Amino acid sequence: MAHGPAKGIGRWLFSTNHKDIGTMYLWFSFSMFLLGGFFAMVIRAELFQPGMQLIRPEFFNQMTTMHGLVMVFGAIMPSFVGLANWMIPLQIGAPDMALPRLNNLSFWILPFGFALLASTLFMEGGAPNFGWTFYAPLSTTYAPSTVNFFIFGVHIIGASSIMGSINIIATVLNMRAPGMTMMKLPLFVWTWLITAFLLVAVMPVLAGTVTMMLMDINFGTSFFDAAGGGDPVLFQHVFWFFGHPEVYIIILPAFGVVSAVIPTFSRKPLFGYSSMVYATSAIAFLSFIVWAHHMFTVGMPLAGELYFMYATMLIAVPTGVKVFNWITTMFRGSLTFETPMLYSIAFIILFTIGGFTGLMMAMAPVDIQYHDTYFIVSHFHYVMVAGAVFAMTAGIYYWLPKWTGKMYNETMGKAQFWLSFVGFNIAFFPQHFLGLAGMPRRYADYSLQFAEWNMVSSIGAFMYGAAQLFFLYNVIRTIVAGEPAPQEKTWEGAEGLEWTLSSPPPYHSFSTPPEVK
Amino acid sequence: MFSKLKQLVVYTLSPLLLLSYAGLSSAKEASDSGPEGWGLLNLPVGVSSLSRNSYELHMILLWVCVGIGVVVFGIMFYSMIFHRKSRGHEPATFHESTKVELLWTIIPVLILIALAAPATTYLVERYDTGEADIDIKITAYQWKWQYEYLGEDVQFMSELLTPESAIYGESPKSASYLSEVTEPLVLPVGKKIRFLVTAKDVIHSWWVIELGVKKDAIPGFVNETWVRIDEPGIYRGFCTELCGKGHAFMPIVVNAVSEDEYSSWLADKKVAVAAERELAKKVFTLDELMARGEAAYNRSCASCHMGNGEGVPGAFPALKASPIALGSVKTHLDVMVNGVAGTAMQAFGGQLSEVDLAAIITYERNAWGNDAGDDPDKIVQPVDVLKFKQGQ
Repeated sequence: MAHGPAKGIGRWLFSTNHKDIGTMYLWFSFSMFLLGGFFAMVIRAELFQPGMQLIRPEFFNQMTTMHGLVMVFGAIMPSFVGLANWMIPLQIGAPDMALPRLNNLSFWILPFGFALLASTLFMEGGAPNFGWTFYAPLSTTYAPSTVNFFIFGVHIIGASSIMGSINIIATVLNMRAPGMTMMKLPLFVWTWLITAFLLVAVMPVLAGTVTMMLMDINFGTSFFDAAGGGDPVLFQHVFWFFGHPEVYIIILPAFGVVSAVIPTFSRKPLFGYSSMVYATSAIAFLSFIVWAHHMFTVGMPLAGELYFMYATMLIAVPTGVKVFNWITTMFRGSLTFETPMLYSIAFIILFTIGGFTGLMMAMAPVDIQYHDTYFIVSHFHYVMVAGAVFAMTAGIYYWLPKWTGKMYNETMGKAQFWLSFVGFNIAFFPQHFLGLAGMPRRYADYSLQFAEWNMVSSIGAFMYGAAQLFFLYNVIRTIVAGEPAPQEKTWEGAEGLEWTLSSPPPYHSFSTPPEVK
Repeated sequence: MFSKLKQLVVYTLSPLLLLSYAGLSSAKEASDSGPEGWGLLNLPVGVSSLSRNSYELHMILLWVCVGIGVVVFGIMFYSMIFHRKSRGHEPATFHESTKVELLWTIIPVLILIALAAPATTYLVERYDTGEADIDIKITAYQWKWQYEYLGEDVQFMSELLTPESAIYGESPKSASYLSEVTEPLVLPVGKKIRFLVTAKDVIHSWWVIELGVKKDAIPGFVNETWVRIDEPGIYRGFCTELCGKGHAFMPIVVNAVSEDEYSSWLADKKVAVAAERELAKKVFTLDELMARGEAAYNRSCASCHMGNGEGVPGAFPALKASPIALGSVKTHLDVMVNGVAGTAMQAFGGQLSEVDLAAIITYERNAWGNDAGDDPDKIVQPVDVLKFKQGQ
């Protein structure tokens, strides 16, 4: 038992091994990605043409809500936790995570959380239909009775995130190999450390928000009901106090992946390592003081609106620093364009476009026009999909040979990239036009002037969806029938402790701590 | 490998392209004469100082972003073309420079300060809701708008005009599909109009893009915003805060007219309101009430309780054979006029006229096999509603 995995299902159920748990996180999140993607396909199919053809508006609302919840909490967040489980011990020279049993628990409660959430689809009243932001009173007084399942689901998912984060903080602070000082940590570890602190800070706020909802719905309180002395806008303040750091929780680990991939394929060290660390910390700090920029139309006082506008604009500065550093890393390197590099370059370009629209939206007087339109939908898919998901995909292609000891097929990888890239842009770039022309988000049906670009967007979405099945095929094919990966260094320019181990790495990763000079 | 892939791509895409072609040509026939289809790319300039300022700031931001993008992506693509390994480019070894880091921190800060100046001016202007010529109270309901001309004793509901059959493809879609209402908000040009925005159930948001106005309608709170419209015309808008299943089906239409036209419209409207009030004293027959009740029910009640009165299990109760529709008139009146606290049942007392309330109640007590027999309670007259309201 001490020197290898247990046999049978017990290996997975009772696992305390960081790699096995990481693998389970990754497969779980990918299955959630396909489920959330299926909801997206239903949405885009309904929006293919004006008029209701396939589903009814009430079910459409359930689809948009479940798509958002499943993608944010089920696909993106756990996928990065999986990556952290796999890579953090390998990158800091540790044998495993610091708290292996907590690790097992934090994974295994997740499927139950999502089973609760998804089961509402089959209940009377249907799944949550109030948007992933679940604004009160639509999510309280006016919600279907299944909202209680949603609340408990969120509690479980939140508990899982908090436990995972505590584990990451404990591991990074205590388990580093001798000589691995904080300012030598790979950026993926740094970004995750900061992310973990964000999670520990804001997941309890989310738990508090849904608990207040639970009280309002079942126990006669009036936190969010003006008739009882409460305030619906309070809900939005509390929600976005969680929700804004949440978007950085999603994107910071993605920054870490890209900061590993770009130097490898540029064959040149990352430019401005310490400024990257400071910029990440600055972004994390700013994320706590800008939340009400999601609320420019709720009727805040002028002073509040001005403050949130200025503070939000500031985020452009550290984010810009990161983009400039990546590009300077590429500058005068010796570039090759394997699949992880293609995904990382696409990440930089598309994430920057998402950053541009983010800057535009920071400006309150014009955000009045953008707010709650397809312009916003486009913006956050540029940062969530072309940002987080593209970086995740880059990370998987990059480290898959290390994990499995087998090499993926480069031609298939590149083809999969181009299908994703083209599909994504066809799906989401036209949504900028739709939003600017006046189409609100979360609309089950729309006026005729929006027909053309909606159809284009749907075609792109189907393409992007197909590309993800292609990705699944590539990964399985690599595991089942991939060529053996070159031992140790798969990539010529790769640096870091993970590349000093065999591929796949030994069961207990580093059983003697490596020395870091 | 690649030729196979190309084939695959062609085969999967060709039916989609054909489909899209067919869909586009059919959509074209029905579309509006304004900006549409492929030409819809940017914010409209609009017809108020608010919308023009938003547009101007939007264009400044767009060009600033394009400028930065050209420089940043330019350098990136330069590297991608000239610093390839396949060209034999050897990697440099530099990896930090405090000077450069400072430079690309300070320059963005300066750009941001330059952008903050116009943004601040425009935002301050938006908040100047004082000294209005006309006050309009906008109240949002699931899923319609109520407009009240404060001090004029004129108020009306504005609801989606598009029939359900058009939405579900059983009848053709008009050019203003989902952008047409039973009664538009009529406003004069050149006057400063203040909107007082609120809601009765969930949060909605009142948005007309060409006026540059978007404000959340929040139950229990009144938000203020304003506009001065420069040009007469029909301006269409939407609800922009998710408010339930009818979110996409509560559009806004503003009819901006000259001051003279506005005055005469307002005078006519007052006469109509007086006539409607007079009607409340009349005694109706069962058939009259049933006919009017069916129409009013389908407009105001059917979206939840359904046209057949069977409701939606788990969400909205059935009225067919329900204890309320068959029970005491007083309870029935109470539910209709005051709503049911803590549920989606709205208080219709302020939304509908006494005649419509009486007609709907009578309809509910006699439709779908609901039968009160010879009970005198089977007919409720507008006067009964009026008495109930005054008595409480």
